[in-house]
Amino acid sequence: MNANEQLLKIRCENISKTFIQKGNQEVPVIRDVNVDVRENEFLVICGPGQCGKSTLLRIIAGLEIPDTGTVLLDGKPVEGPGADRGMVFQSYMLFAWKTVRHNVELGLKLRGVPPKERQEIAQRYIDMVGLQGFENHYPHQLSGGMKQRVGIARAYANAPTVMLLDEPFGQLDAQTRMFMQHEIARIWEQEKRTVIFVTNNIDEALFLADRIVLMEGKLPGTVKTEYKVDLPRPREHISMDLLRLRKVITDNTELVL
Amino acid sequence: MAYRKVEVATPLIVKVLPYVSILGFFLVWEIIVRTGIVPDTLLAAPTTVLKTFFVKLYDMDPDGATIVQHAWVSIQEAFTGFALSLVIGIPLGLCMGWFKVVEGLCRPIFELIRPIPPIAWIPLTVFWFGIGLTGKVFIIWIAGIVPCVINSWVGVRMTNPTLIQMARTYGANDWQIFTQLCIPSALPMVFGALQLALTYCWTNLVGAELLAADAGLGYLITMGGRVARPDIIVLGMISIGISGAIIGFVIDKIEKKLLAGIRR
Repeated sequence: MNANEQLLKIRCENISKTFIQKGNQEVPVIRDVNVDVRENEFLVICGPGQCGKSTLLRIIAGLEIPDTGTVLLDGKPVEGPGADRGMVFQSYMLFAWKTVRHNVELGLKLRGVPPKERQEIAQRYIDMVGLQGFENHYPHQLSGGMKQRVGIARAYANAPTVMLLDEPFGQLDAQTRMFMQHEIARIWEQEKRTVIFVTNNIDEALFLADRIVLMEGKLPGTVKTEYKVDLPRPREHISMDLLRLRKVITDNTELVL
Repeated sequence: MAYRKVEVATPLIVKVLPYVSILGFFLVWEIIVRTGIVPDTLLAAPTTVLKTFFVKLYDMDPDGATIVQHAWVSIQEAFTGFALSLVIGIPLGLCMGWFKVVEGLCRPIFELIRPIPPIAWIPLTVFWFGIGLTGKVFIIWIAGIVPCVINSWVGVRMTNPTLIQMARTYGANDWQIFTQLCIPSALPMVFGALQLALTYCWTNLVGAELLAADAGLGYLITMGGRVARPDIIVLGMISIGISGAIIGFVIDKIEKKLLAGIRR
């Protein structure tokens, strides 16, 4: 393991967040969460529904402001959303009136990159996610898996140092989901970035993660424990080592209804 | 085994019903006037109206213009007012949807003026502009601007909030979000306003012409009343109905064409 991978990229310190609903009803979502993410690490935040994992990701993205605690990115506190963190949404969030190419060019266009240059960059990431030939299609002409490829290409094209993926495969069918897991692992090997990936699926977490942060509880959620997944890549969903670790994690997960 | 295509046939009787309905309507109308159930001083028979239509194609009596001239005046007025209400109403509504300052300043005035029927402005517009084109364009503008503002405003307000957050994570500023996200996603609502505004414009045009005009289809109806010619009155009414339907049909076609690229 080289020294670069030990560098601290993101530090979440004592993050708590409470939403106010219907005027004055307080709903605590996460409490006292501490998470460190290292440079170029593939970190998966895994937990059941309503454990606050998506809220934690949105706080790191700068879309929510925590009530207590701070998020440090490269040592500097996060104060709002920024192009240094690329986000991939569960519901794709593509512009319906733009083609695949123009969707992928979004961040570059916003930053004023000249058309020729942004087309080259966009093409590179369209190729990377395997959408060549679909550059001029509109989102409604694509399948769910293809739409999320556009979402991933769009995030990568903006050259963020951190990728935030919020249950990106949650709307896909089981086969497509497995296939996309292979794809995201391949892309991550090809273009190393710090990745924070939120999922409720333990198999997905084990297949992708360098490290799994397991969250538990419900309103508020907390970090239960962490697992280092020191398995060689490319991985198999059914390798013995992976299944052994899977048993350890599931034994440590309580079902809360 | 081959699949058999299941055809749900529409019975012939259902297919012909619309024609039966329209033919029956005119037939009954013709009969009640011809037999004198309703005297022809109160209502003109369809055949009489048709005859008057052909006469009015060249004859300027008794109202001073041919039917085509009347229609042309009305169309000019309606489209000038309609165009002005789009040009001012749509940008105003879009800005009201996004900029809190614009909304705060314009909304109270808009809410105050909105419930006043456009034809209530007629006496004032006669003072201000006389009975020429300008006054009627003003009335039509008032009528058309309401749906333009409301639809554009609601269209921007309905922009998917997660889409806005997504744009923020890509470093978009407020102006970029407004122009590149909110306006395109409001477009279907804005196009909906076109159809609505045109209907408002067309109906209020007739109202305006009934009271203050020297030409136009509404004026034709007024004159028909003054010279006690039911055939001219009915001719004016039918002309307004048919031209309104044609314009609506054309706008609908244009809208479908423009919206084809913004399918969800």
